[in-house]
Amino acid sequence: MSVDITPLSAATDQLDVLESEAIHVMREVAGEFDRPVILFSGGKDSMLLVHLAHKAFWPAPIPFPVLHVDTGHNFDEVIAFRDAVVERYGLTLEVASVQDYIDDGRLSERADGTRNPLQTTPLLDAIADHRHDAVFGGGRRDEERARAKERIFSLRTAFGAWEPSRQRPELWNLYNGRHKPGEHVRVFPLSNWTELDVWRYIQREEIDLPTIYYAHTRDVFARDGMWLTSGPWGGPRDGEEVITKTVRYRTVGDGSCTGAVESAATTLDEVLAEVRESRLTERGATRADDRLSEAAMEDRKKEGYF
Amino acid sequence: MTDLLRLATAGSVDDGKSTLVGRLLYDTKSVLADQLEAVERASKSADGEPDLSLLVDGLRSEREQGITIDVAYRYFATPTRSFVLADTPGHVQYTRNTVTGASTAQLAVLLVDARHGVVEQTRRHAAVMALLRVPRLVLAVNKIDLVDYDEATYLTIAKEFRDHTTALGYSEDAVVTIPVSAKKGDNVVLESERTPWYDGPTLLDHLESVPVDGPDDTAPFRFPVQTVIRPRSAEYPDYRGYAGLVAAGSVSVGDSVVVLPDGQRTTVEGIDRYTSSLSSASAGDSVVLRLADDLGIARGAVLVATSSAPEPVTEFTATLAWLHEKPLTPGRRLLVKHGTHTVQAMITAVEDRLDIQTLALDADPGTLEINDIGHVAITVAEPLPLDDYDTVAATGSFLVIDPQAGDTLAAGLVGRPLVTTPVDA
Repeated sequence: MSVDITPLSAATDQLDVLESEAIHVMREVAGEFDRPVILFSGGKDSMLLVHLAHKAFWPAPIPFPVLHVDTGHNFDEVIAFRDAVVERYGLTLEVASVQDYIDDGRLSERADGTRNPLQTTPLLDAIADHRHDAVFGGGRRDEERARAKERIFSLRTAFGAWEPSRQRPELWNLYNGRHKPGEHVRVFPLSNWTELDVWRYIQREEIDLPTIYYAHTRDVFARDGMWLTSGPWGGPRDGEEVITKTVRYRTVGDGSCTGAVESAATTLDEVLAEVRESRLTERGATRADDRLSEAAMEDRKKEGYF
Repeated sequence: MTDLLRLATAGSVDDGKSTLVGRLLYDTKSVLADQLEAVERASKSADGEPDLSLLVDGLRSEREQGITIDVAYRYFATPTRSFVLADTPGHVQYTRNTVTGASTAQLAVLLVDARHGVVEQTRRHAAVMALLRVPRLVLAVNKIDLVDYDEATYLTIAKEFRDHTTALGYSEDAVVTIPVSAKKGDNVVLESERTPWYDGPTLLDHLESVPVDGPDDTAPFRFPVQTVIRPRSAEYPDYRGYAGLVAAGSVSVGDSVVVLPDGQRTTVEGIDRYTSSLSSASAGDSVVLRLADDLGIARGAVLVATSSAPEPVTEFTATLAWLHEKPLTPGRRLLVKHGTHTVQAMITAVEDRLDIQTLALDADPGTLEINDIGHVAITVAEPLPLDDYDTVAATGSFLVIDPQAGDTLAAGLVGRPLVTTPVDA
């Protein structure tokens, strides 16, 4: 333990406020639930959850396993990063594999090749199989309009469904985690963070991220106004021209529907500057799954999606 | 470094609250291009201007009905300050959401339609803000364009609102009134030339400059223990720390504290925030306290300052805001969650119910129904170290929970924090 005596300044930075709030939420879950789990994709928001959990329980180890819903359409860098994080923090990794479901026929591939909507069933099965009663997600309310109405403790039915009309009022910082057998609670410690807060915090805390968040050269092709990378998920199709560009990713998801943005930002400072200047939300810029309809996220949440 | 202001908005049906929030986001350039395109695609506005309310109505059923059902949280920032805005719906049946938004707000913006002035919902919302001790209020007199920017109309509404908030205990300088048109943008972010008689700040100017009332670090020290950190590792074989969020006041290394409800005394030996050792911590900080003695403390205990330790009680009076469709049944078994401790409880009597219009108290109502506010007598199965809500809000608040369904039934405030002078309706 270091011995520097650091009095907290009276005027607290908003990152300290957000960190304290997130740590408080995680400790409430540790105190009130039997079998919590952190959803971990290797993306920046889930990496933030692991980092915050590490700080919340130090010097004890993180008291939760992590669950990765693996679409089979991964970026190699992200899987390597996931395994390194699991190793570094001594975590238990649970994997729910969409590929397994496709291989044995429980799920079938969609015509458009996108596997994001297919994640819900393996996710809910994994929650049921491991009897998880609290499931941490990295969702933020600034991401999307349906998420803006999400609670920090969000009750899910035995079918994993989100019922907006049954949401509990959330008062002060008193979280109500009571649920019936079979139901579970999704917990969103980053609810009040914005994309910019996340990046500022990553910079302040020197948090490692997969390299695809930073600008690199990559073979890409254009589809639906986004730059998708070539890969086993079905692309490029005929007529989709592959070109080499300098790009980076703002979100990490299924390779079939996560677009890269043109960027020269190779360092955290440059990424931060870019986020400050951006005129597009991170989901609008890079997620085909949210463009399916006006209420795409609302519908997926009702089915039990992240 | 920037600071953070948490605010709530409330208004009655059709007074343009979603449009006002949309305007704040739009004029502070917090609306990104893809969101605006989505609004322009969906916009049904007849006069060709984008319907800014569509920026904030999140659920499909809301867009279909053209109303806001649930609390939505919005984020915007200016170079000096970041804002978390709880946008709460106006319909009577959704007043529970106003309570929710108010519980974390440092400031509330209430809206009225300049053509209708202060209505019952305005009075109800102001009473809820006063009850929950939201420190500051703003009245946005909206649709000022529809009364031809008439000063006399504005002044009449402003005075009526001030009379009401004064009766609720607000001081003069805690309340600001502003004439705005959310649709046209007058005095929301940009100063209006059409209200030359108004020389106060725009809404955003006020939000950027108003002092932020943070958690009360001058209050007596309160620390509900969330979990015990005991690694038992080779590196830290004997480490034992009590993790929690400082709910009120501050604590320094060397302070003596009392562990409630049991009453043992000990001394704070160390304050850890991750790997840093701090000399002190104050309200709002998530920290780990190490104590001089091993007292077998577990989740649910509250560490408090020796000089101001509350006496744990099993019977007390509280103010409840009833939030659930299922009305209160005196004598039923319930749960009370106070801090990190959940105990069995029973409401033994409903003493009175607040008439939100006149602020008078109706005695012996027998029950409380959804949206009712009233005073009750509660008995709990284990002693709780309570503070009056108006002394220490963080340890004077609790939830009433249905033990079977798990639903949150009521927001509870210890004591009778709403001081009112009845007014003529």
